[in-house]
Amino acid sequence: MTQIIFYIFGAMLLLSATMVVVIKNPIHAALFLVLSFFSSAAVWLLLNAEFLAIALVLVYVGAVMVLFLFVVMMLDINLSTFKDGFARYFPLGIIIALLMVVAMGMIVGSDYFATDTYKQIDTSMTSSNTKLLGYAIYTDYLYQFEIAGAILLVAIIAAISLSMSKSKITKSTHPNEQVSVKKEDRLRVVKMKTEKKEE
Amino acid sequence: MLETLFHLISQYILLPLTLLIIPVNYQTEVMIFLQTAVKILAIVIPVLITVAYFTYAERKVIGFIQGRIGPNRVGFFGFRLWGLGQPIADAVKLIVKEIVIPLNANRSLFIIAPILSLAPALAAWAVIPFDDTKVLADINAGLLYVLALTSLAVYGVIIAGWASNSKYAFLGAMRSAAQIVAYEIAMGFALVGVLIAAGSLNLGEIVNAQSGSAIHWFWLPLLPLFVIYFISGVAETNRAPFDVAEGESEIVAGFHVEYSGMAFSVFFMAEYANMILIAVLSALLFFGGWLSPFQGVTFLEDFFSWVPGMFWLLAKTSVFMFLFLWFRATFPRYRYDQIMRLGWKVFIPITIVWLIVISVLVVANIPPWFS
Repeated sequence: MTQIIFYIFGAMLLLSATMVVVIKNPIHAALFLVLSFFSSAAVWLLLNAEFLAIALVLVYVGAVMVLFLFVVMMLDINLSTFKDGFARYFPLGIIIALLMVVAMGMIVGSDYFATDTYKQIDTSMTSSNTKLLGYAIYTDYLYQFEIAGAILLVAIIAAISLSMSKSKITKSTHPNEQVSVKKEDRLRVVKMKTEKKEE
Repeated sequence: MLETLFHLISQYILLPLTLLIIPVNYQTEVMIFLQTAVKILAIVIPVLITVAYFTYAERKVIGFIQGRIGPNRVGFFGFRLWGLGQPIADAVKLIVKEIVIPLNANRSLFIIAPILSLAPALAAWAVIPFDDTKVLADINAGLLYVLALTSLAVYGVIIAGWASNSKYAFLGAMRSAAQIVAYEIAMGFALVGVLIAAGSLNLGEIVNAQSGSAIHWFWLPLLPLFVIYFISGVAETNRAPFDVAEGESEIVAGFHVEYSGMAFSVFFMAEYANMILIAVLSALLFFGGWLSPFQGVTFLEDFFSWVPGMFWLLAKTSVFMFLFLWFRATFPRYRYDQIMRLGWKVFIPITIVWLIVISVLVVANIPPWFS
């Protein structure tokens, strides 16, 4: 049963990941990326990593890809320019892909990633995957976790400060002014004579 | 009663069926599969019936609030019965109607969109505990699962808006996307508060952590988070006063302006199913779920001890469902920039502050909640 489910989601993952690269329409590509996130979450669930799987859906599918789609839909993309690009960029793509495979192989195969250098988590404490992960992150790997958090914080601040550029185009309302407005500021009562109707 | 019914079905319908048809090696697995399917139906069918009569309740309640009567013509077999046949008549009408697909719409996505909006609303019910024992999937990370699935509902809206190839639909989708991302963060933080207070992500354990009395329920220590959770829930389901994604006075009907017939009706069902889901979650997370409100009261506790826990859960859920209708009849629609301001600049800071407060309460073992 588990095997059948694994093969279904594994096939779905590979298929959708391929479609992300192959398909022409950028919106469809983004949606296939969502599908591939979803199926990889399902594969993780089969490995009993329920926290990571649901966090993947929550963070990437629920938030990141929504904003991604938001941006892609707003862009005015001319589909015809994509048609001839594939053959031209193919050799370059192959080189980059090979480089990435080599880099990944060197990192994953190195001593740092050998499983015995990492402390095994004591699974006798509790069966909850989330609790185990929490203990591991906040005790053994606290520094790495905090550094990652700090890097993300810097990225957030940088992104916000980039978007805060004081250009004249942006219009904004100030709630303080709106709330503190009085009748006299907006309303002017003008007395005037009644006009005579033309006969 | 439900257990005996389930037992009867699995004993006398499913078991003979599998024994006759399925090869011996796979019988247990097929049996588990069929039993789960029966359980799923036992949840989904009542939810869909509730959705149908929730629309009726909405029209009646808002009617009475506005001094009208609401639907009162369609009944059964010549009896009007206060218009109780209305939802069924509506459903039949919508099924019979043609689904118009606009000429330049993206056909496949146009059809997938309503399905994508209804599916998460129904799938989230898998982890909802109706009782101490009655739950379809008693998973450890139930709260996270619910949060993840409610965040998926936005895809239906965005894809519908884009695939319709219409300006109004697209505007509705964009509004909805920005709004849901904003309120999901506040909602997530409110749920983190619940998780700190209960010390568990399992919904059943969260309810059991609230046992004691009505004072022990989390609404009191988590009052700001409860208010924010419910308001975010209203915003997340695109209901008035946060219904700018539809905004019929500004952008016609927003994301589903091009939809007709059953496709439109599926969006409608998804909206109401989501409302019921938010109501159930509010009852479970902040109001003690299936626990009796008279727990700990000497005389009344014994007096009401025969009432099943499911009744209390459904009663609490109904109160929150009524609140949704009440809000719609009471508040005018928010201006869009005010919605964003409320989400980002008011709710998120309050939740962060209250997370610190609740952590202090938990660490200091403040009675009666965390002793």
